[in-house]
Amino acid sequence: MLILTCPYCGIKADETELSPGYEAHLKRFGPDASPEEFEAYMFARKNPKGVHFERWRHAYGCGKWFLAARCTATLEVFGTYPAQVGEPPADIIDKIKARRPDWKGYK
Amino acid sequence: MSTRLAKGGRLIDRTAAMDFHFNGKVMRGFAGDTLAAALLANDQMLMGRSFKYHRPRGVVGSGPEEPNALVNLGRGARLEPNQRATTTELFDGLEATSQNHWPSLEFDVGVVNNYAARFMPAGFYYKTFIHPRPFWKHVFEPVIRRAAGLGKAPTEGDADRYEQAYAFCDVLVVGGGVAGLLAAKAAADAGQRVILLEQTATLGGRTPVDEADIDGTPVDTWIAAIESDLRARDNVTIRTRTCGFGVYDHGYVLADERVADHTPGDGRPKHRLWRIRTAKIVTATGAIERPLSFAGNDIPGVMLASAVRDYVVNHAVSPGDRTVIATNNDSAYQTALALKAAGLEVPAILDARDTATGALPEAARAAGIRVLTGRGIAKVKGGKRVTGVAVCTQAGEGAVLEEITCEAVAMSGGWSPVVHLFSHCGGKVKWDDNLSAFIPDASRPPVNHDGSPMVSVVGAAAGCLSLANILAGLRDVSGKTAIRLPDVCQTPDGSVSIPPVWVMPQGAPIQLRSKMWLDYQNDVKVSDVQLASREGYQSVEHTKRYTTLGMATDQGKLSNINGLAVLADSLNEPIPQVGTTTFRPPYTPVTIGALAGESRGEIFQPLRRTPMHEWHEKSGAYFEPVGLWHRPYCFPRAGETHEQAVHREVLNTREKLGLLDASTLGKIIVKGPDAGRFLDMLYTGVMSTLPIGKCRYGLMCNEQGFLSDDGVVARLDEETFLCHTTSGGADRIHAWMEDWLQCEWWDWKVYTANVTEQYAQIAVVGPNARKLLETLGGMDVSKETLPFMQSADGTLGGFPARVYRISFSGELSYEIAVPASQGAAFWEACHKAGASLGAMPYGTEALHVMRAEKGFIMIGDETDGTVIPQDLNLDWAISKKKADYLGKRGQARTFLASPDRWKLVGFDTLDGSAIPDGAYIVADGTNGNGQRNVQGRVTSTYHSPTLKRGIAMGLLKHGPQRMGEVVEFNTIQGETVKARVRDTVFFDKDGEKQNV
Ligand SMILES: [Zn+2]
Repeated sequence: MLILTCPYCGIKADETELSPGYEAHLKRFGPDASPEEFEAYMFARKNPKGVHFERWRHAYGCGKWFLAARCTATLEVFGTYPAQVGEPPADIIDKIKARRPDWKGYK
Repeated sequence: MSTRLAKGGRLIDRTAAMDFHFNGKVMRGFAGDTLAAALLANDQMLMGRSFKYHRPRGVVGSGPEEPNALVNLGRGARLEPNQRATTTELFDGLEATSQNHWPSLEFDVGVVNNYAARFMPAGFYYKTFIHPRPFWKHVFEPVIRRAAGLGKAPTEGDADRYEQAYAFCDVLVVGGGVAGLLAAKAAADAGQRVILLEQTATLGGRTPVDEADIDGTPVDTWIAAIESDLRARDNVTIRTRTCGFGVYDHGYVLADERVADHTPGDGRPKHRLWRIRTAKIVTATGAIERPLSFAGNDIPGVMLASAVRDYVVNHAVSPGDRTVIATNNDSAYQTALALKAAGLEVPAILDARDTATGALPEAARAAGIRVLTGRGIAKVKGGKRVTGVAVCTQAGEGAVLEEITCEAVAMSGGWSPVVHLFSHCGGKVKWDDNLSAFIPDASRPPVNHDGSPMVSVVGAAAGCLSLANILAGLRDVSGKTAIRLPDVCQTPDGSVSIPPVWVMPQGAPIQLRSKMWLDYQNDVKVSDVQLASREGYQSVEHTKRYTTLGMATDQGKLSNINGLAVLADSLNEPIPQVGTTTFRPPYTPVTIGALAGESRGEIFQPLRRTPMHEWHEKSGAYFEPVGLWHRPYCFPRAGETHEQAVHREVLNTREKLGLLDASTLGKIIVKGPDAGRFLDMLYTGVMSTLPIGKCRYGLMCNEQGFLSDDGVVARLDEETFLCHTTSGGADRIHAWMEDWLQCEWWDWKVYTANVTEQYAQIAVVGPNARKLLETLGGMDVSKETLPFMQSADGTLGGFPARVYRISFSGELSYEIAVPASQGAAFWEACHKAGASLGAMPYGTEALHVMRAEKGFIMIGDETDGTVIPQDLNLDWAISKKKADYLGKRGQARTFLASPDRWKLVGFDTLDGSAIPDGAYIVADGTNGNGQRNVQGRVTSTYHSPTLKRGIAMGLLKHGPQRMGEVVEFNTIQGETVKARVRDTVFFDKDGEKQNV
């Protein structure tokens, strides 16, 4: 059972306090999207063995959605940060690069 | 004969005799016995039957690794199948029966399988019973079901209670042997909060049996001293009888404490499940001895050498007067010496190695024991128990050199470190050639949230098989009391070496190999694994499933390594290359009761009650679950069936007045300058244009375009909307709103609040609805002031109320929300005021029938996650003008936009009956699987008391273009029901009843 620190209320939350929201940093494609864009938005998930960015909601706590960068293979957590960003914060990127030198980046 | 010795037994109390029953026979043991020890003391060597061949099975081990001695324990509401006799503590009055035999343990018809064994090789289930087809159903399956299955499932509810507890610490030590005790002391000395778990009732592990002293102090004295030292500390908690069975993410460990297994019915919880969160885990879980693969190694009386030693030293139980030892390492010599010390005979030690020159072999020779090196067992003689062994050279093919009469065989094929907990959460193991075993790979441990090693391994679990190695590793170089914890794992010092001996003798022909058991419980032999490899199985995971090796209740604790080695040998590959199967929690089986804890019966899950719940209970309501809510399904009167009650409630509502507790309806406030814009994105229709005080029906879809929820939205003021959701959908829709607000449109100025439980809501429905509100008084609810689809705030009968004029029944209808705290009083006031108007409460089923009579859809009936609003002819509720809404792009996909989709229509059965729930509309021909083609299905079907006939809605291909056509629904009985396609509004098509 994972522990993720909620970046809003600071609580080290057990996984049972959280609800999962799957892959983070997806761009929404609306009515004008091409079939390819829409397919990618709806269905094409990365599901990597390694560094991954995920959405989590502190559902049984403050109720806020936040994002987490973690390794799906070792369960190491590189950091959590508020959901109101377009891409991962620089300090978290730096930390991942230090821990995983051969990481190819979040895109 | 196995029997109780006159002297000795470090764990038993001879002054506390205990009577127990095995298969109805009364036997006697002592406090401190395990059931297995007590059975052996009573010469009950035969304890069960194997799964496939029903071979006689005796106890082979002395701990949780035991594959054979499984019993049904207790009876009635305390019956538990598959309990290991080796870990069951004896208590006075214990009742046990043996398993997997029919009709009796001594005489078993299934043993015929034994003689048919050559016809039942690996994968025999797959190969044998497939053809001819009818044979499976009528011959094989009934016979197999009769004879197979381990243990009896209890038929009564569990009489015991279970509880769960949480604990937190810095260092969790699993295993209370010498290594675990030293690790706990090290952590405690460093000021850490320590929890030490030991699965048995006593601390010390194997050392008290295997060693005479520690640093010159008698072992039991040494253990008692360190135990009392640890127990005296505030920062140490010791829990015995507690098995740490699973290591999970980020230092989460589950442990099962057997609180009252040995004192049943004393009022304490039977088990306590510990949920422990720790910064670091130290596993000191020891090692499990491995059997040797020689012919007849499954005959009762053949036991692990360590188990024989345990029974002799701990319980003063003799396995028989004469015990032959077979081994490939020094540790089994301890058994020979222990037997000798107890006054028993060891006719020979058969050591597969060419030489045996260590201290223990020399001690055995000095004790006058015959040591034969380079020798093995060609074959064990005996049927239901051992009568002797035939000796051969290990290097040869099994030619018998001599036969030795004996009652027991103690075997040791080496030791497998218990690496389970290390690998549960990602730790990797490596093959150690010196030990012929997998040991933890210190360079690849499971990690914590910060990437630091989460599990350290000490003692035999790390491959340190000698006490000296353990002590040296856990203490500083000065050898004094200071103790240090290893960063990851202790390292074997090389003093113990165990050569690989996977088959005995190494050149054994098939006749012998087909009698060498790898997995005792599932009857997997050396020849089965070899056959699997010849048939092309190369992966250990596949071989395991094909042969069922290691898939019994012991999860291969004894068999996995031997099986893997045999497979590797057959494939001509080194063992590490073939790999090992993954270790998964739980380490030992955990009873479901412990996992459920107190979550059973009334508190299985939270129960949500409306403010009027008590009234409903008093009025004899029949409840149904709706999410976590309990809602009245109907209010049956004396002598009424539920169906009759529903029909009465429908007719009374249509003719006079019905009252519905609608409090469970989801109510979400959406507020802010961008609230209208936000709801325009969430709903398929336009909400931003809704005038203040007006109501509008809305549909919500997910991004795929599928209908997800519906409800009426009321605009309360310029910036405030109240969104009604389905009863089951409130939390989900609120979370959905927050998801979009927080993660996509976070710059929009909108707040949401789920106020579902803040209001009680009552639907006042029927021709007399307005009269009731007028009787209560306080608001103008006339047609002119409060027309259809409008809301107003005011006071009704003295209650602060918000009145919505909306209808889900087609009747004149008001839904009235009052503060939850006043809900019960308002409900009573409505009944009082309505008494003379014919008011009756109605439940969810009457609500369903009335909405179906009007052709209103229900989320979950007309929708199932694959239905778009257009399928339900709800295009009128979808804005064509809006540039975007959630689901718009999804609905434009070609498959969803296809004119060939199944669409909603109504059905009149030709005979007036109600179509069965779930029925499909059949079409001509069959599909590729030989199943009848279908062209639609029913979604809602009821008997309408209003129309006195069956009514139904359903999805039909090209439905709206097929009015008047007759289609056929299938039934479970294989018949069909004919029905005519029609529109979905069965009653009051023009809405005259609600517009009054
Ligand atoms: Zn939080």
